[in-house]
Amino acid sequence: MAAPQPERRGWSPAFVLLTAATFAVGLMVGLGLFTFVYAKGASYLSTDPQACINCHVMNEQYDGWINGVHADVATCSDCHMPHDNVVHKYWVKGENGFMHALKFTTGWYPENIVARPVSLAITNEACLYCHAELTNDIRHPGTPDDGEVFDCVRCHSGVGHG
Amino acid sequence: MDKERDMTQTEPDPQPVPAPEPRQRKRTFLLGAVLVLAATATFAIAALLVTIFQHQQESAQTWVKVVELDETTVDPSIWGQNFPSQYQAYLRTAEFTESAHSGVLVPHDVAGDPRSEVPSSKLEEDPRLVRMWDGYPFSVDYRHARGHAFMTIDQQFTLRNIEFKQPGTCLNCHASTTALMSELGNGDVQAGFEAMGTVPLKELIEQVEHPVACIDCHDPSTMALRISRPAFKAGIAELKASEGIENYDVNRDATRQEMRSYVCAQCHVEYYFAGENKVLTFPWDKGLDVDNIFDYYMEIGHVDWTHAGTGAKVLKAQHPEFELWSQGVHAANGVSCTDCHMGYVREGASKVSNHQVTTPMADVNATCGTCHSTGDGVLEARVTTIQDRFIESRDRALDALVALIDDLTAAQTDGTPEASLELARTYQNKASFYIDIVYSENSYGFHAPDYTQRILSQALDAARKGQLALQGATAAELEPSEVTRNNLEQSLRAGGGHTGG
Repeated sequence: MAAPQPERRGWSPAFVLLTAATFAVGLMVGLGLFTFVYAKGASYLSTDPQACINCHVMNEQYDGWINGVHADVATCSDCHMPHDNVVHKYWVKGENGFMHALKFTTGWYPENIVARPVSLAITNEACLYCHAELTNDIRHPGTPDDGEVFDCVRCHSGVGHG
Repeated sequence: MDKERDMTQTEPDPQPVPAPEPRQRKRTFLLGAVLVLAATATFAIAALLVTIFQHQQESAQTWVKVVELDETTVDPSIWGQNFPSQYQAYLRTAEFTESAHSGVLVPHDVAGDPRSEVPSSKLEEDPRLVRMWDGYPFSVDYRHARGHAFMTIDQQFTLRNIEFKQPGTCLNCHASTTALMSELGNGDVQAGFEAMGTVPLKELIEQVEHPVACIDCHDPSTMALRISRPAFKAGIAELKASEGIENYDVNRDATRQEMRSYVCAQCHVEYYFAGENKVLTFPWDKGLDVDNIFDYYMEIGHVDWTHAGTGAKVLKAQHPEFELWSQGVHAANGVSCTDCHMGYVREGASKVSNHQVTTPMADVNATCGTCHSTGDGVLEARVTTIQDRFIESRDRALDALVALIDDLTAAQTDGTPEASLELARTYQNKASFYIDIVYSENSYGFHAPDYTQRILSQALDAARKGQLALQGATAAELEPSEVTRNNLEQSLRAGGGHTGG
């Protein structure tokens, strides 16, 4: 009764399966870590604009920015990430990162990239983070009920990327 | 541990019961699921890793030299070994890009003609063209344009070549001719170029193998854009001389951005065959405006054909895309032909210009979208408006010209004085040339909308005056009013781009 037990414990199908599953998970974690490092994954957690041109798709936007008026005062994330709280910021960063990776990997994006409305709204808010006071007088709505949102980048579309 | 506990719990029972099995099965299932999930995730991560690796390679290498290229390498497939992306796109010029005014491909079955389909006939679409070109080969066969890949075969089998004698000069823009010119001139390209018109097209076309190829626009050693066509070198030098720039050498003096239009302008221009040897010549000595070009032709007395119905000596215009573009807002802002017709295409992390030269409407985002971020079909609607308005004015002008041709044809035998007939014929020539220059231009007015409308108003005016001349009005009576003349002079002084008439 006692003798067969260790044998069963050592080579039972369940034990083999456990070993295989553990190995597979380890392989996944290892390969995942390697890919993360190889793809400069950590750089995306920073605010370094260099990270935004890792894949070269935004080279023109980067070139425009570095030669533009905002290069000395604002980085990519200053204008493209929300400023309200850190959770929202990292949520948007993660969501943007996922969308960018998905589109770049699949190639499903237009030749001249276009910002989504949700991204434009974040940028519009970001303008005000610095320029709210300066533009206070010109952003008065026509009437108190006028809910129109002033869209800075509709006219100042070249201000970020030179 | 679990198993042991299970065992002890089941010990009192004389018969083994399957109580542990559901739990064990559940655990086995869980482990199996973990294994499958981990395998799937690992598979996906590995695939991602490979694409990341590929993209990094793409950004590291722009091209790899596989074969040596020199001035004798005409075959584009050899160039394609070094530049596969560009070559693949170049091959796609064989695809027909349907657009609003492209016409369609129609089945074609003619003995001795290898083509199974050809673009639809413009003459059938608009029979007024047959009246306009009466007595000239174009009134027999004139079709919609299609991609570069067909430039040689379409020219070989058009009825204009089959039924008429055409000079070899045509090949300048219907084949890759760099090697041919060198061969004809025994190494002297200029001499070879000048000799092309002395050989019939039917013979010379047998000596070429490829439609326009890499070598016609690119220097094989550096890939830099270069002008290979002597006619353009001479034409642009004359144009620059008219602007006060002497000894202009396009390959030495042009900027890269200028070259991105000039390489196209080697062919997409108005031209004529000069002298007995039928040497290809561009009428640019006075400028690129249609008035400059018409003045130039009047001065040298060039005539393309005599109209069969009216006896008028008439000029034929052909595909002046470069001239029309030069008068438009895009040229004024430094936007080249290639910016719109060969927009950049991303291939992973690298970018190449699209060598499938075609209408920018095929991918508005990749072409117009580079500068105009307006989405939602705004740009497409703008193009439609410009082209529809062009067609409206063009149709009125062409109706007027046909009316003049009708009247002038009838006047041949009704006793109208010869002086009136002769005057009316000069107006026919002007109306015909001015309509032709925008009709045979392939943008339907888009390249310079306001300028095109001006040309059509001039054509309408000329047709009107032709009809008045038949009723006895003299040239002096048909002069523009003093106000019109003053405004023209003022516009000229201000450099408004108008040169008269």
